[in-house]
Order: sequence, then C-alpha cells, then structure tokens
Amino acid sequence: MLWELWQFSFFQRALVAGLFLAVAGAVLGVFLILRKDAMLGHGLTHIAFAGVALALFFDVLPFPVALLLASIAAFLILKVRERAGLYGDTAVGIISSLGMAVGITLASIARDFNVNLLSFLFGNILAVSDLELYGSIVLATLVLLTLLLFYYEILYVTFDEESARASGLPVQRLDALLALLTAITVVIGMKIVGLLLVSALLVIPGAAALQLAGSFKRCLFLAAIFGALSVSIGLFLAALFDLPASGAIVLTSGAIFLGAFLWGRLRRL
Amino acid sequence: MPPLIIVKGLYFSYGEQLILENINLEINAGDFLAILGPNGSGKSTLLKLILGLLRPEQGEIFLFGKPIGKFREWWRLGYVPQRAIAKVDPVFPVTVEEVVSFGLLAKKRFPRFLTSRDREAIQKALLRVEMEGFSKRRLCELSGGQQQRVFIARAIVSEPQVLLLDEPTTGVDVATQERFYDLLGEFNRRGLTIVIVTHDIGIVNKHVKQVACLNRRLVYHGTHEEFCSSPRLKEFVGEHHLVIHRH
Repeated sequence: MLWELWQFSFFQRALVAGLFLAVAGAVLGVFLILRKDAMLGHGLTHIAFAGVALALFFDVLPFPVALLLASIAAFLILKVRERAGLYGDTAVGIISSLGMAVGITLASIARDFNVNLLSFLFGNILAVSDLELYGSIVLATLVLLTLLLFYYEILYVTFDEESARASGLPVQRLDALLALLTAITVVIGMKIVGLLLVSALLVIPGAAALQLAGSFKRCLFLAAIFGALSVSIGLFLAALFDLPASGAIVLTSGAIFLGAFLWGRLRRL
Repeated sequence: MPPLIIVKGLYFSYGEQLILENINLEINAGDFLAILGPNGSGKSTLLKLILGLLRPEQGEIFLFGKPIGKFREWWRLGYVPQRAIAKVDPVFPVTVEEVVSFGLLAKKRFPRFLTSRDREAIQKALLRVEMEGFSKRRLCELSGGQQQRVFIARAIVSEPQVLLLDEPTTGVDVATQERFYDLLGEFNRRGLTIVIVTHDIGIVNKHVKQVACLNRRLVYHGTHEEFCSSPRLKEFVGEHHLVIHRH
C-alpha cells in the first residue's frame, strides 16, 4: 500500500513538503514552548490569513504577502509587549484578532474568493505544486540552519534572558529572529496543513519531546522525529481511510503526544 | 592599579520613584564587597546598572577604565542573578554542561560553537565548584545548593575578573549557604574580585573585606572592621545581628 502511494508524484511532493515543515516547526516549537511563547505561531496564522485575503483581494501571489504581513506582525507583537508592558499572550491576542478581522472583512467585501481562502485555512497537502514544494524546502532549511547557527545564543536567551543580556548578547535581535522564523514556518505550513492547524505542528511534537528528553539536544532530536512521524503516519492514514490529510497529521501528532506523556509518567513511577 | 569599577554621581528612578541618588563607588581588584540595605533600597538596581541591564538617569559608570556605553568585554564580569534557583523551570531539559557553556558565549564570536577547549573550560569550572561528574545531569534534578554552584560555574567559566552576585543564597539552607560563602572566600583569596548584594551580613562577614550600605543613597562605604564598630551597623542590620565574628 505504502509503495503504491509512493508511486504518485503528488504523494511524494506531499510527503517531502510535509517532512520539511514538520521538522522545522518541531525544532522551532521547542524554543517557543520553553520561552512560554507557544501561542505566537497560532497568533501569526491569523495574520497570515489576513495576508492571504489581501493577496486574493488584489489578485497577487498569497505567499509573499502572507510572509510580509506575518513578519511585520511578529515584530509588532514584540514591540507591543516591550512598550505596553503586556504579557506575551495579550500582545499576541491583540495583533492576531486584528489580523483575523482584516481577513474576514476583505473576504466579506470580495465574496468571490471564499473557496480559495478556505484552502489556505484547512490546507491541501496533496495539491502542493512544485514551486510550493521547493519554496517549503528552501524556507524550512533556512529556519533549521538559522537555529543551528544561533543555537547557543537562542538557548541562553530562552533559559535566562537577564543573564544573557548581562553577558552582552543582543537579546532583542535574537527575539526578533525567533519571531521571524516563526512567521516563515507559519507561511510554509499554510498550504500544507492549513493555517488552522499549522500551530499544532509548532507545539505538539515539541511538547511531546519535552515529556521524554534528558537534554536539550535530545529534546530537539525527539521533536524532529515526532514531527516527521506525525506527517508520515498522518498522510498514510489519510490515504488509507480517505480522511483530510491535515486533520490526520495533527491527530497523529496528538496521539504521539499522549503516548509520550504516558511513557514519561510511567518512567517516573 | 586603577579601580575595576567606578560609579560616579549615579541617579536612577523607576517612573516618579527615585531609587538611587548620587551614588559614588569604586571597586578595586581583590575587593570582596558586600552591598547591604533593606528591601527596596536599590541594591539590585545598582548591580543591574553596573551590568548594563538598566540605563542610568544621570551619572557615569566605568568598567575596566571604559565608559559603560563603550564597554564590550562582558566576559570580564561574571553574574549570578537574584532568585536564580527559584527561576529554574522543571520542564526545561537543560543539562549542567549546557548551563555552564552559556558563560562562554560572551567571549566567543559568531558562529558560537563549542570547541574541545571550551569543554575543558566547562569541566574546569565545574571542578572549581566541586560539581565535576554532574555535567550530564539535568539542572532541575539537582538540589538548590547544587544548582547555585552550577550558576557560579557559569559565571566563572569565562575567567572573569569580577564576580557579581545578587542575593545568591535565597532558597538555600543555612549549612549549604556557609559552604557556598566559603567557596566565594576561596575564589577571592585566589584574586577574584567579588561584589555581593545581600541582606545577610551574618553569613558573609568571615570573608567580606568591604561593606557598602545603601538606602537610596550610599550611607556607608568602608572596611568590614570599621563597619562592625560603626553605629551604622545597628541602623542597617538590626540588634539581632550585632554579634558578628570574623572566623
């Protein structure tokens, strides 16, 4: 069955694009969870939704517009937090609600693009084009390489921001970098699993890995494995039982989290 | 030798509330200075200003002869923040080795990857705080006293010239505190300058050489011996701390 599926180029594209998204999202997600910023990805999906609506409204390519808007919003969230002295999730709540409002308003004004907009909300991994595939590979590789190059700095800022600042690290710029990488990952994921579910791939594999990992590097490795397994098994189940691929991927990651949680508890007994 | 840290005419406020007023202070090589004062007296704020975490409203700070704005060699200052142990997240899967490695980042250039020499420095720092053999353990699995030693190892791994500690023994039992201060005394005897913000003069007195009393203004700065015989002592530490012995 698996071999038969692999013969189809649409399945190959779906699997490769999904794996790149899952690994980049899972690794990035561990940092976001530990910075207590797990909802940043979810918030940025709302902004990306506004970007897609805006692009469809003006009949231009959705990806660059969504990426631009999500990146600007990521910086705005950081600034609102810093200047207005708000908790992180409050700033995410404000900016993301505004994004969703823009998207809904535009969709309502131009009634003819609702179907297109829905495909970004729920994703369609089996309809990934070559351009989207290569774009996903390049962007996901960029996210992973950046995390590798700034690994110790971002880890230090995540662990103890005040001490990182005292040692002269550019904490604000590292925060901005992390937010930008989140925006990129959200935009990669919007066609693959859809905006509604991309934040799940940013949070669930990392949360599962945190149940089991004995060191930070092992946690990143486990998160990547869990993300990849979610996509591979989810896609296979979707094909086997004729389910929506994005739903099957996220449900698989949920099952992996449950297994990791129970295994973690059992080990501590 | 010129002072390592000079604070000149320093003022700082949080909003309308004046926290520090006209602070003048010099810290020399080899000093073991305790900054004392009641809650809200500005002790931690002064430390954060010296570390560049806050910007002074007025006044100047010189670190190793350079104005703080131009100072870049932050590895020369080791820092152990307030409530470091209490802030340890039990979910964070960071190991002792990873925590200590953070102390090397200020000394490295991009891309900041660890070399075998860095790993040797980490092991050496852990040895100095008697935590060798713990490098692969998760930080959250250690006791409060052991975690505190790991934070000290992080602060000294870059071979700094000054170690700044902000209420370092909060949440640590008395016996562990004594061993901890003995360790600081040992570092100081080997030439490391130490600045400690604390309200607990009773514990640190056997190692402290200088005392600075802060209550918005610097009301006393002198040797530990002078401080013990000064009427300022009762004002700052209360009657119950008046029995102080140098061991």
